[in-house]
Amino acid sequence: MPQFPNILCEVLTVLFQPINKNYHEFIIERDKDRCINCQVCVRQCSYEAHYWDDNRQKVMHDNSKCIGCHRCEALCPTAALTIRRTPSEFRPNANWRPVFLQNIYKQADTGGVLLAGMGSPVDIPVYWDRLLLDASQVTNPSIDPLREPMELRTYLGTKPDRLKLLENGQEPPSLQTEIAPQIKLDTPIMFAAMSFGAINFNLHRAMARAATELKTAYNTGEGGLHRSLFKYGKHTIVQVASGRFGVHRDYLNAGCGIEIKIGQGAKPGIGGHLPGEKINDKVSETRMIPIGSDAISPAPHHDIYSIEDLLQLIFALKEASEYRVPVSVKIAAVHNVAAIASGVVRAGADIITVDGMRGGTGAAPAMIRDNVGIPIELALAAVDQRLRDEGIRHKASVVAAGGIRCAADVVKAIALGADAVYIGTATLLAVGCTLCGRCYTGKCPWGIATNDPRLSKRQNPDVASRKLVNLVNAWSHEIQEMLGGMGLNSIESLRGNRDKLRGIGLSDTELDILGVKHAGR
Amino acid sequence: MKAPERYYDFQKDISGCGVFGVIDTKRGLIPGQVPIDGMACMHDRGNGLGGGFAAYGIYPEHADKYALHLMCDHQQALTSARELILKYFEVEHDEPIPTRQTPVISNPPLVWRYFATPRADCPADCQGLPEEDFVVALVMKINTTVPGAFVFSSGKNMGAFKGVGYPEDIADFFRVDEYFAYLWTAHNRFPTNTPGWWGGAHPFTLLDWSIVHNGEISSYGINRRWLCENDYLCTMMTDTEVVAYELDLLVRKHGLSRRMASKVFAPPFWDEIERMPDKERNLYTALRMTYGSGMLNGPFAILVGNKDGLWGLNDRIKLRPLLVAEQGDKVFMSSEESAVRTVCPQLDRVWMPKAGEPVIVDLEA
Repeated sequence: MPQFPNILCEVLTVLFQPINKNYHEFIIERDKDRCINCQVCVRQCSYEAHYWDDNRQKVMHDNSKCIGCHRCEALCPTAALTIRRTPSEFRPNANWRPVFLQNIYKQADTGGVLLAGMGSPVDIPVYWDRLLLDASQVTNPSIDPLREPMELRTYLGTKPDRLKLLENGQEPPSLQTEIAPQIKLDTPIMFAAMSFGAINFNLHRAMARAATELKTAYNTGEGGLHRSLFKYGKHTIVQVASGRFGVHRDYLNAGCGIEIKIGQGAKPGIGGHLPGEKINDKVSETRMIPIGSDAISPAPHHDIYSIEDLLQLIFALKEASEYRVPVSVKIAAVHNVAAIASGVVRAGADIITVDGMRGGTGAAPAMIRDNVGIPIELALAAVDQRLRDEGIRHKASVVAAGGIRCAADVVKAIALGADAVYIGTATLLAVGCTLCGRCYTGKCPWGIATNDPRLSKRQNPDVASRKLVNLVNAWSHEIQEMLGGMGLNSIESLRGNRDKLRGIGLSDTELDILGVKHAGR
Repeated sequence: MKAPERYYDFQKDISGCGVFGVIDTKRGLIPGQVPIDGMACMHDRGNGLGGGFAAYGIYPEHADKYALHLMCDHQQALTSARELILKYFEVEHDEPIPTRQTPVISNPPLVWRYFATPRADCPADCQGLPEEDFVVALVMKINTTVPGAFVFSSGKNMGAFKGVGYPEDIADFFRVDEYFAYLWTAHNRFPTNTPGWWGGAHPFTLLDWSIVHNGEISSYGINRRWLCENDYLCTMMTDTEVVAYELDLLVRKHGLSRRMASKVFAPPFWDEIERMPDKERNLYTALRMTYGSGMLNGPFAILVGNKDGLWGLNDRIKLRPLLVAEQGDKVFMSSEESAVRTVCPQLDRVWMPKAGEPVIVDLEA
């Protein structure tokens, strides 16, 4: 029997589709020899790309519904499925690239704002890839972390200008300076703010457990903290955002730190919108809003219209938590980020989190995500240098977020001046996210950005927590290797040590902003 | 202070070295031949691109005056520096530093010394400065604004003698064998990337502090940025400069003891700190949090001399050699035992200090 190419079978299902249906992104290739019509793909695909065709008595699919998440491919018991980019292409045009055409078709149909999920995929420079690390050769020995101590311990919080010690011959001298509260991290990697609601409870539980086991911290995001997770408070940073969801006295006192979210790298200048469909009973009780109601975070905090208002909120939160925990302020990396950061530190923030434009999001208008803000590398370098120039770098720890992809990125961020980093996208990747970018639909086939019980049970908190622990442990080992290679045995000697970095293929201006020399010099 | 334009664009000096120090705690005078022989024994630790000595107690007749040792590339520099010094200082006495012609030292700078105290009627930019800050400011001024002139020592009743050459040749040139001091530090240098410059040889000095150092501070990049935040501008691109400024900041300005400053340079590991009693744990946790950017990370053995005594310190995993030996009232510190045995074959006690554990030998009052 002659073998027909798959594409012919596909044609049978496509009849007079409008143009926006035709130019879909992916095609599903089903190997007919392998497919046993078991319908696993039908059950797994939350976008209904696979379906049971009663007339033909076999599994069929609609390519236009495929979002490229690879869930079916991963779970197909006979490996019959392959998801590919569609080979059909728009007429080449360097200016009108396919994404613009597709978006226009979409908007002409709906009249709506283009929504996007996860971090920006646009081709802005990734400076991590343009920075190279140093290693010791001959003149100083590299240090083997398997044989020697290699310290990653980091404290986040404000540090004193100097220590006052009373040394009247006694040993040890007595410390006269009172040290402000700190967040103690055994590794400078934290799980980024992803709210309960945007991601489901299983993952919040997994992050809480993993952060506890790793002796680092995770951030609740703006959706409050379910009471059953209060017991992980020593490793929890509770967030207060413009919607003030789930903010109450116990919440503010549940964690090891409080973060005021002013902005997010993926969508600077705008708020958030968690659709009512995602608000189930647990999310409702945690956020303190009715089941099924939309959770809308305003663009600004309505009690912060200027820097002096921020100061008041910082101290209101410090009062509410009786000065037991440091207060962090998270801002998006925008053009004047250095000056803003300086103001934030002067307003009393103990930690400043800078979130770069490649940072992830559950939902953001695509125009904002892909066009607003600046990359974290430049923002971080500018903030660190400005705070040092003003002699206030020690008054706040700097946390970098938004686009950290691997241990080397962490090392480069710390060398540029960060005390620690947040990982968000990497956290989700670790539990199976494939960056399909449809988090805002609530249909996440991997059970991550969804509260649909049928989908969210795909995440087992035990397994997820193990994966998160593995990831951070692996990165920490790699950081230790790189540190040792540079002849350092403690992370504080890397922090802000830009001499360990060289730029490759960067302009003088870029090098100047990053404060690094070009490779070869 | 705000970091100058392109502060990140520097070429750091990298070198290996030999160090030697000796102190007589009862201020008995030790002839210059002792450190010279010690250094000569460790000839192979240098490559002829730098050697030097610092001697304490050599100017008893001018003991209360700052002894400014000046080196100049040409007569013009000497004249300009002189004008500046006379404007700011009451000079009690000045003279050329005695030297002898030696075949191996070629093209040496002009060397001169002043015994002086700050003028009350000095120009406005130094008016009202505490005396020591005044001296530091003027040294910086000469070194950065007078082309070809460099003040290489500025303490009271002490002086540095250093230059490009092996230490025994530099000693020959400066007639170090003719001095007697109760405390000596000495250095032999093996730079890998800089042509020799007389001012860049060690000991590095600031007021009465003299520092000799064998090592490479891998944390240099952050140390110098932290110093810049604290108004110290690193211009020499050497690790030793960083050590000197940090000492000045920690000991003179922040009032830490030399022992606690050692713990900033080479702090205990976190797992040691975890095991300490509460009071100590809190102290060392605070110390590391506050002064983390000042930690000297990388291999080093440092000897520091000042008016109080001699202080030796190793990095916290002891990646460079440092040995201490006692004989009577004398204490030796050296990269190699052979150097000590050369000048003093019979020793009462010889030991290798533990990594990160400072050895502080004070002069008796």
